[in-house]
Amino acid sequence: MRDFFKWVTKMKIKFKLNGVVTEVEVEPHETLLNVLRDKLKVKSVKYGCGVGECGSCTVLLNGKPVTSCLVLAAKVDGYEVVTPDYIAQTHVGKIIIDAMLEEGAIQCGYCTPGFLTTIYAAITKGIRNIEDVKRALIGNICRCTGYINVLKAVKKILSETK
Amino acid sequence: MLAINSVNTYRIPQKFEYYKPRDLREALELLNSIEDAKIVAGGTDLVVDLKYRRVVPKALIDVSELSELRFIRTDGNYIEIGSAVTMQELVESEIVKKSLPLLAEVVESIGSWQIRNLATIGGNICNASPAADSVPPLLTYDAELELASLNGPRTVSIEKFFTGPKKTVLERGEILRSIKIPLSQQKFGWSYVKIGRTSFDLAKVSVAVLLRAEDGIVSEVRIALGSVAPTPVRARTTEKSITGMSLERAAVRASELIVSEIAPIDDVRSTAWYRSRVAKILVRDAIWKAYERFLQVGDKNEDQV
Ligand SMILES: Cc1cc2nc3c(=O)[nH]c(=O)nc-3n(C[C@H](O)[C@H](O)[C@H](O)COP(=O)(O)OP(=O)(O)OC[C@H]3O[C@@H](n4cnc5c(N)ncnc54)[C@H](O)[C@@H]3O)c2cc1C
Ligand code: FES
Ligand code: FES
Repeated sequence: MRDFFKWVTKMKIKFKLNGVVTEVEVEPHETLLNVLRDKLKVKSVKYGCGVGECGSCTVLLNGKPVTSCLVLAAKVDGYEVVTPDYIAQTHVGKIIIDAMLEEGAIQCGYCTPGFLTTIYAAITKGIRNIEDVKRALIGNICRCTGYINVLKAVKKILSETK
Repeated sequence: MLAINSVNTYRIPQKFEYYKPRDLREALELLNSIEDAKIVAGGTDLVVDLKYRRVVPKALIDVSELSELRFIRTDGNYIEIGSAVTMQELVESEIVKKSLPLLAEVVESIGSWQIRNLATIGGNICNASPAADSVPPLLTYDAELELASLNGPRTVSIEKFFTGPKKTVLERGEILRSIKIPLSQQKFGWSYVKIGRTSFDLAKVSVAVLLRAEDGIVSEVRIALGSVAPTPVRARTTEKSITGMSLERAAVRASELIVSEIAPIDDVRSTAWYRSRVAKILVRDAIWKAYERFLQVGDKNEDQV
């Protein structure tokens, strides 16, 4: 029985990272956040709370925003992962960042990659209503801005995207 | 969340094996052959528990991708939901929106978008938190749980599933396969009211109600509560007593009776005293809200529970 299922303590996973097929060796206790930051040096993904509450570690997993601090890296074999640094290079990503800068929606900046990723996911999913974007952002916490400027930025983003 | 900064939550501070079985049978065989193996679905409860070392498994068996656990279907008598369906998939399901509006409303309020994309309904049930938000609605729906094991399947009513905080009747080697919700020919009004620090936070007290009335008289009512006892509670005594009463009397009487059906505790989120007081008010409000919805739904949604 054991041989059949392969005893997995270390495994190579293969997944698409920002469109590029990536292979990396992971251990079962490593999270996607750990592997992205420490092994693949993707530092745009931030560690805030580590327990799913702050959203600073948000990445897109098969197009859907998730908290990478709660995703086991081993699971990600065969998936597509998109991180904030990649989103920042896209057309919509640039519109989001410009609007956030213009509206003062960034202070220390620690939460920003997470906001960028969730707002990007909402916009590209076709969410057009400010209240719906607000609901989509419930899982992103900012200690600095007080959210008013974030929402101003969202309004701007909605008017500048289609 | 208790004392977030007292441990480093960046890493999981323990080692274990990880398996991603290809089908349910393989998952069951693994579960049988490894002592101390844990099922993982979305990981939104389990990975947190692993970080805090509240569980120390030898191995994890990932069921989140098993197609046998990932479906929503209906045959006209039942709606069946696979245990590994995510909360966000439920939010976006037309079947759920149309026929289970109470469940649709509740899952939409669970966690955040990021969490709902990972969290599964099976994980919410099997984690057996008295505060699990999907459970009071499922209790009012008289949901049945289909458990799979190498010895064959068995069905348990959700009312019999929980035995205490984090405790269920799941035996070693068993996996929750699906949730079956019987469809009623009758239309109900529904409500879910919950008190928490924020909507994102776990509930201090929550109440789900399904209700039908005729000429202002309660003809059928189902009430379930979360976070007011070691397990989620179906308030059968209260339901029986207020059936046949006018709405005004029923709401007042339910508020009086409900305290005898709950056993709240003191914990980090609230006190027993506060929970009892709030449960009384919430039950009353939930009954009125369900009645208002009942009047609104008119003759639409014939196959709604
Ligand atoms: C930030 C945050 C916010 C949250 N907000 C809410 C909220 O508002 N309301 C709420 O109710 N919950 C909330 N939760 C808790 C959690 O997200 C839910 O309980 C979720 O549904 C758990 O599902 P999962 O798939 O992630 O479970 P997992 O963590 O994968 O598993 C949970 C438990 O169930 C067992 N299990 C899972 N699937 C099966 C199966 N098929 N058969 C047998 N056992 C199984 C596992 O072994 C484990 O013990 C929140 C969590 C976080 C981190
Ligand atoms: S670090 Fe993942 S949600 Fe806070
Ligand atoms: S800008 Fe500092 S946390 Fe948001």
